[in-house]
Amino acid sequence: MEEIKQIPPTIEIIQEGDDHWTEVIRPKSGLFDLRLGEVWRYRDLVMMFVKRDIVANYKQTILGPIWIFLQPIMTSLMYVIVFGNIAGISTDGVPKILFYLAGVMLWNYFSECFNKTATVFKDNASIFGKVYFPRLVMPLALVVSNLVKLLIQFALFLVFFGYFFYKGEIHPNAYILFFPLLILLLAGISLGTGMIISSLTTKYRDLIFLLTFGVQLFMYATPVIYPLSVVAAKYPKMVGIIKLNPLTSIMETFRKGFLGNGDFSWGSLGYSAAFTMVLLAFGTVIFNKVEKNFMDTV
Amino acid sequence: MSEVVIKVEDVSKQYRLGSVGTGTLSHDLNRMWARVRGKEDPFAKLGETNDRTTKATSDFVWSLKDINFEVKHGEVMGIIGRNGAGKSTLLKILSRTTSPTTGNIKIKGRVASLLEVGTGFHPELTGKENIYLNGAILGMTKAEISRKFDEIVDFSGVERYIDTPVKRYSSGMYVRLAFAVAANLEPDILIVDEVLAVGDAEFQKKCLGKMKDVSVNDGRTVLFVSHNLLAVKSLCKTGLWLDKGLCKGIGPIDKIIDSYMQKNQSNKSSAITIDKEKDGFTVLSVDISNNGAEGCFNIEEDLTITVNVKSEKHYEAININLFFNSLDGSVIFATVSPAEKFENGTYTYTCVVPAYTLNDILYSLDLMVVQNGPKIIHHFKDFLSMEGIEDRREGAWLDKFPGLIRPQYFKWSKTKI
Repeated sequence: MEEIKQIPPTIEIIQEGDDHWTEVIRPKSGLFDLRLGEVWRYRDLVMMFVKRDIVANYKQTILGPIWIFLQPIMTSLMYVIVFGNIAGISTDGVPKILFYLAGVMLWNYFSECFNKTATVFKDNASIFGKVYFPRLVMPLALVVSNLVKLLIQFALFLVFFGYFFYKGEIHPNAYILFFPLLILLLAGISLGTGMIISSLTTKYRDLIFLLTFGVQLFMYATPVIYPLSVVAAKYPKMVGIIKLNPLTSIMETFRKGFLGNGDFSWGSLGYSAAFTMVLLAFGTVIFNKVEKNFMDTV
Repeated sequence: MSEVVIKVEDVSKQYRLGSVGTGTLSHDLNRMWARVRGKEDPFAKLGETNDRTTKATSDFVWSLKDINFEVKHGEVMGIIGRNGAGKSTLLKILSRTTSPTTGNIKIKGRVASLLEVGTGFHPELTGKENIYLNGAILGMTKAEISRKFDEIVDFSGVERYIDTPVKRYSSGMYVRLAFAVAANLEPDILIVDEVLAVGDAEFQKKCLGKMKDVSVNDGRTVLFVSHNLLAVKSLCKTGLWLDKGLCKGIGPIDKIIDSYMQKNQSNKSSAITIDKEKDGFTVLSVDISNNGAEGCFNIEEDLTITVNVKSEKHYEAININLFFNSLDGSVIFATVSPAEKFENGTYTYTCVVPAYTLNDILYSLDLMVVQNGPKIIHHFKDFLSMEGIEDRREGAWLDKFPGLIRPQYFKWSKTKI
C-alpha cells in the first residue's frame, strides 16, 4: 500500500513553449489578458441570454410586450404634467410629449443597462459559480437585450415623430444620421461604468445602495427633462459642468437631429466618444480582473 | 503512452473564514501595500490545513495544499474524500469558476464541467428553449445544439413536455432534461460532480451507462467526484484521494478506495477496543473471531462477533444492533439481538454469522445499542471494516462472485422430463 501513498515526484521539467496547452489556469493573469476572442466564440450564448431576458420577462403578463410601450408613454405624460406644465420648464419650442419621450427613452436605456450591469455578479452568482464562460457575455447580453427594447420604443417615438412632422412642428435635419453612433456611445458608457461598479459591488455591497438613488439623481445632471439652452440662459456658469457629463452631448445631438432644437458641437460629441472609449477599456480590464475570483467574495 | 491532458502543478487554494465583506478593506490595503513594496502577501502565510472538526486558530484556511497530479487522455479519474476534503474546490478551480491561490493547471482540449445539472435553466422558458440556453452556457454553439437536439430530447424522455415551461415539470423531469443536455456535450474533458445522486434508479443507471460510454467508447477524459464509492469503482480506473486539502494518494482506483476505507474506519483489526460510555452504558470492545488474516474474514467459516458491554444501571430492555454496510454506505442487512432485561454488570453478546452468508467484498459495520423506548444509546458508524476472502471456489466461475451477500440456502434441483 505504501507505493500509492506517495505523491508522485515532481513532474519532469517542461521545456518552455513545446507544449500545446489550450488552457493554463494561473492564480493571476496579466492585466491586459482580456480574452476577447473567447467572448466572440460565445456569441451564441449572448444571443441566448438576450432571448431569455426578453421572452421570460413578459411571460404570464396580460399585456406582454405592450409594457415596453406603456412605460415610457406614462413617464413622458407625467413629465409633461409635472415639469412641462406645473414647473413650466421650457422645451425649446418642441412639442412637450416628443421632447420628454426622447429623453425618457434614451435615459431609460442608459439607466437599465447600467443598473443591471452593476449588479451582474451578484445577480448571476448561481450560474457563475457552477459553469465557466467568459463573464463579459452577461453584461453584453444585457446591453443587447435592452437595445431591443430601445428599438421598440424608438418605433413608438417615430409614430409621434411622424405626427408632429406632418403638422410641421419639428424640423429634423442631417444630424439625424448620428443616431446609431449615439446609441453605441450610450451603450458603451453604461457598459463601461456598469462594469467598473460591478467589480466593486462584489466586495463592497454598500455601493448598491448608493447606486439606486445615485442614478436617479444623475438624471437631473443630464439634460433629460430640460434642454441645455435653458441652463445656458439661466445659469451660464453651470453649462460647463453639465457638459462634463458625457451623456449631455448624446441627448442634445439626438434632439438636434430629430427635433431640430439642440446643442451640437463636434467638440462635445468627440469628448463623449473619447470618454466612452476610456470607460470601456478601463471597465473591461477591471471586470476581467475581478471575474476570476469573485466567487470567493460575492 | 497517451499524452497528458491535465497537469496540475502545486495548486493551493486559500479561503478566508468567517464573514467576507466588512473589514476586508483594511486587509485589501495591507495587501496592496505589501505588493507595492514587492513583499509577499502578508495573509497568505497564515492558515492551516483544512480540518473542519477543529476550531480554527487563524482566519485563513488552505482548502487545497500543494496538489500535484496528471491525467492522461482517455483516463477516467475518480476523486474521493470526506466532506470538506477539497474535492469541490479542486473541481471549481479546474472548471475555472475560481482561480487557485498558487500553482497552475495546464489543460489540453475543451473542458465542460457539470458541477450541477441544469445551471441557468430558466423556469419560464420551455424545455426546448432551456436546452438551447443550457447548452450554450455549457459551451456549445447553436449549430451544435441543433445537431444534437433530437438526441437530447430522446435521452431525457420528456418529449411530450418539450414545449412546456420547465416550471411545470416535476423535479425528476427537470433533472432528466438537464442531464440530457450535459450528457450530450462533446468536450474533450468532462468534469462531473455528484450529479448522479439525482433522479430515479432507472435514470441513474442510464446516467452511469452514459458516463461509461463517454469514457470507453469516445475516449474522453473524465474527472468524477462522488461519495458513491461503488459508482466510482465501476467507472474509474484511477483514483485521487483528498483529505483535509492534501493529496493522500493517487493510483489504481481499487487501491485508493481500500486505503481510503482503511483510513476512514477507525480500525480494521479483529479486536477493537471501544470503551465509550454514555448514559451509564459502556461498550467495552468488539471481537471478531474467524481465522482470516488481519482485517479479513474467511467467508467459508462462521464469523463470530462478540460485543462486550458494561453498565452500572438497570434497564427494562436493551438490544444490540449490527449493521452490515456496503461500500456506497447503504445498509445491506441488520441483525438485532432480542430485547432483554439488563441487570447491572458486564456482559458479552455473541452473534454468529453463518458461513456463506457474506460475500468476498469489503463490509463496514455499524454498532448500535438501543434501549426500549426506543432510545438509541450508542451508535458507532462504520466502526469496523473487514473484507471477506475465500480460499477455494468450486465450479468454473473464476471472476468475483457477484452480489453483496452470498447466502447458500437456496434450493436448486434438476429433473429430467
